[in-house]
Amino acid sequence: MSNTSHEVAQGPHHTSGAAPTALSAHSIDKKFPGVLANDSVDFDVRAGEVHTLLGENGAGKSTLAAVLCGLYQPDAGYLIRNGKRINLSSPRAGLQHGIAMVHQHFRLVDRFTVSENVILGSRDLPYRLIRREIDEKVAAVAESYGLPIDPEAIVGTLSVGQRQRVEIVKALYQGAEILLLDEPTAVLVPSEVEKLFENVHAMTAAGKSIVFISHKLGEVVEISDRITVLRNGRVTGHVSGRGTTDTKELARLMVGRDIELNSQRATHAMGHEVLQIRDLSLDVDDVAVLTDISFNVRAGEMVGIAGVAGNGQRELADTIAGLISPTSGSITISGAMTTDRGPIAAREVGLAYVPEDRLGVGLVPSMSIIDNLLLTRNRQTVVDRFSVRPEATRLIEQFEIKANGPDHLARKLSGGNAQKVLLARELSGGRTATRLLVVCSPTRGLDVGAIETVRRILNDARSAGQAILLISEDLDEVLSLSDRVLVLYRGAVVHEALGEAAELSQVGAAMAGLSSQSH
Amino acid sequence: MNDNIWILMSADAIAIATTLILAGLGALFTERAGVLNLGIEGILLASAVSSFLAADASGSIWLGLVFGALIGAILASVHAVLSVVFRANQIVAGLALVIFGTGLANFLGKPAEGKTINTVIEPLSFGSLSDIPVIGPIVFGQDIITYSAILLAIVSSRYLFSTRPGLELRATGDDPATVDAQGLSVARIRIRYTMFGGALVGLGGAWLMLAQSAGWHQAATTNGLGWIALALVVFAGWRPMRIIFGAVLFGFTLQLPFTLQAEQITFIPSAFLEMLPYLATLIALIALSRPGSRNLLGAPRSLGSPFVRDER
Ligand SMILES: Nc1ncnc2c1ncn2[C@@H]1O[C@H](COP(=O)(O)OP(=O)(O)OP(=O)(O)O)[C@@H](O)[C@H]1O
Ligand SMILES: [Mg+2]
Repeated sequence: MSNTSHEVAQGPHHTSGAAPTALSAHSIDKKFPGVLANDSVDFDVRAGEVHTLLGENGAGKSTLAAVLCGLYQPDAGYLIRNGKRINLSSPRAGLQHGIAMVHQHFRLVDRFTVSENVILGSRDLPYRLIRREIDEKVAAVAESYGLPIDPEAIVGTLSVGQRQRVEIVKALYQGAEILLLDEPTAVLVPSEVEKLFENVHAMTAAGKSIVFISHKLGEVVEISDRITVLRNGRVTGHVSGRGTTDTKELARLMVGRDIELNSQRATHAMGHEVLQIRDLSLDVDDVAVLTDISFNVRAGEMVGIAGVAGNGQRELADTIAGLISPTSGSITISGAMTTDRGPIAAREVGLAYVPEDRLGVGLVPSMSIIDNLLLTRNRQTVVDRFSVRPEATRLIEQFEIKANGPDHLARKLSGGNAQKVLLARELSGGRTATRLLVVCSPTRGLDVGAIETVRRILNDARSAGQAILLISEDLDEVLSLSDRVLVLYRGAVVHEALGEAAELSQVGAAMAGLSSQSH
Repeated sequence: MNDNIWILMSADAIAIATTLILAGLGALFTERAGVLNLGIEGILLASAVSSFLAADASGSIWLGLVFGALIGAILASVHAVLSVVFRANQIVAGLALVIFGTGLANFLGKPAEGKTINTVIEPLSFGSLSDIPVIGPIVFGQDIITYSAILLAIVSSRYLFSTRPGLELRATGDDPATVDAQGLSVARIRIRYTMFGGALVGLGGAWLMLAQSAGWHQAATTNGLGWIALALVVFAGWRPMRIIFGAVLFGFTLQLPFTLQAEQITFIPSAFLEMLPYLATLIALIALSRPGSRNLLGAPRSLGSPFVRDER
């Protein structure tokens, strides 16, 4: 490993033209009941390059990546690794051929140290582990790729970006030559994305191949040597080179129509206060998670909550939704006190909630789309699927959900489509005229077309006089959509600004905890 | 005051501690793999009586010990199959095992009642060391199983925290999905350690029977030591070394009331003292049964929950 590290200075591009193909897939078919997720897909990645898979939600990107690393076996087609045909029966087999996938849901033991996590599962270690030796070994591997990492740190205390780095180091430690990164930036804040990209450069410089999946076109253009566009399971285009690529053109290739990439803030009148939060505090296990939060959201207003993940956003949303009782303070929705009265009481007065954890809290994975819709639709004892069916079909169309009908099981949807089902349920069919929409990371994992749709729907809802609380780690999204922005840091509101007047640098500084209480 | 009775008490306390160390380590290995086996008391009883019968029939105490361990592993394998393969509720499965083990022990024990074994496990001889006043009989007056139990706790600690399989074991208890993603079999690891844990518990039961009790007295033979062993693991924070100290502490607390009575010291009612270990156990068991408090105590994260691979 150390013999390759001196190449870092050369940069990745000089070799990419002549570099040999590291892994190629030929006419891959992968069927799932009702869908052809991959339809004779050809794909290849060379040593030392970043090859991006681009495509709308449900296009088959994750499926292809899963085939490439041995998680799924293709129904037809084959893989060639370094000129030889290979058969991957499991991810373990993939690893033996130097192919590793970094999952979006990290596979790390929180209580273990970094190095314990990295070596877990490695078979070539001696029976007795000497902590110092392992730490040194892991640090050496990490350093040879310019991935600074503290081998003794407990993983549970690390940020999301650092954990991701541990996953990457783990893959490298296990000898990965080809890394598949499925939406690695979806969970990262901008500064962490930058670091990830530095790491990617260091890896490609060392001759590793990266298969990259992302919906963020700006990133894709920045990092990719080549781009392959998938649509409905088929390869629909190849774009080469970096920097030269036009994001608008990419978006069109992806969804087959023109996309407005920058959402507009509509001007509109604001009404009465729908959500009132007073001195809200929450302690969990004697640790203050939320401290003294007070703010209002008015009808026709969108208030954005910015902040780095883990600064109390999820707890704030759950508290407003009635899922958690605050330690002190009050929550009023449409004039009714909902503090301590549970989620149903909050929904009765017009709450709609799109939680962060889609398949965990938002949807029941083992139920169909229609049953998931019904969860909030009627509280009668008898389930009436029949009368909801037309609406379900309409919503599937309106939200462009890729599914074979209302009976499609939620867990068999692609990540982006699951999010759309959740949004469709929450944004439609409320019991009160004025509603409070609490939406967490509504566009995470969505393709550009879907993002456009979702943002339009949110804007329409606001224009129709709904009150919206938008909680998102995507700073651009918060700034471009919200009328007002609050920054949450360590459970307290540390910065407040009007959406239009909000300065990216100031908000960014406040998110990092560098603000001087400016409200 | 009679010094001898205090020395005797200490020796007895360490004897009880031996059973607690073995049963505690058994529970610890099981729980470190993420399996909660509340059936320890049942295993303890069943293996005690089977070891008695085996030793009686064969005339060999050592064969009795091996047989006790074997019965422990077999009973634990039932729990392992129920909770790992069939993903049954582990609390229910464990309680069922207590009832089954107790019933089995009482049934098998019928012919053994009133009988005694004529060979005993001799204390190891350390020559003149045993004659040192006070310390001699306590530290150097024990048999090989007691010393082995302490050694085992030390070895277990090394195994758990500084070997590769130990790392995999801890990971299985904390985060089985991660272990699964590494291509290791969660089910195999869990079944293996549940059975190994059962064998240790069985050995503890057998030793209690053969080295400590004069004969089979039904449930009074173990006197709830299985439950205390479960609590001990909680108090030890799932660390083998702390099991030793906890076991000795519990051992003394369990012996103290008898000694006080014999010495006619009455400023604390002995019934109250007798109750203490069980009260502590009750509290620990309640904490162990609730996922929230379990996490606060630092239990393995997946303790008690079956592992199902994510479908997607
Ligand atoms: N395990 C599965 N069972 C059934 N259908 C599946 C399964 N996995 C994926 N699909 C279907 O295959 C298609 C492709 O899904 P895939 O997850 O590859 O999309 P994707 O391009 O990664 O989308 P996204 O951007 O939303 O993550 C989708 O229609 C999805 O519903
Ligand atoms: Mg995907």
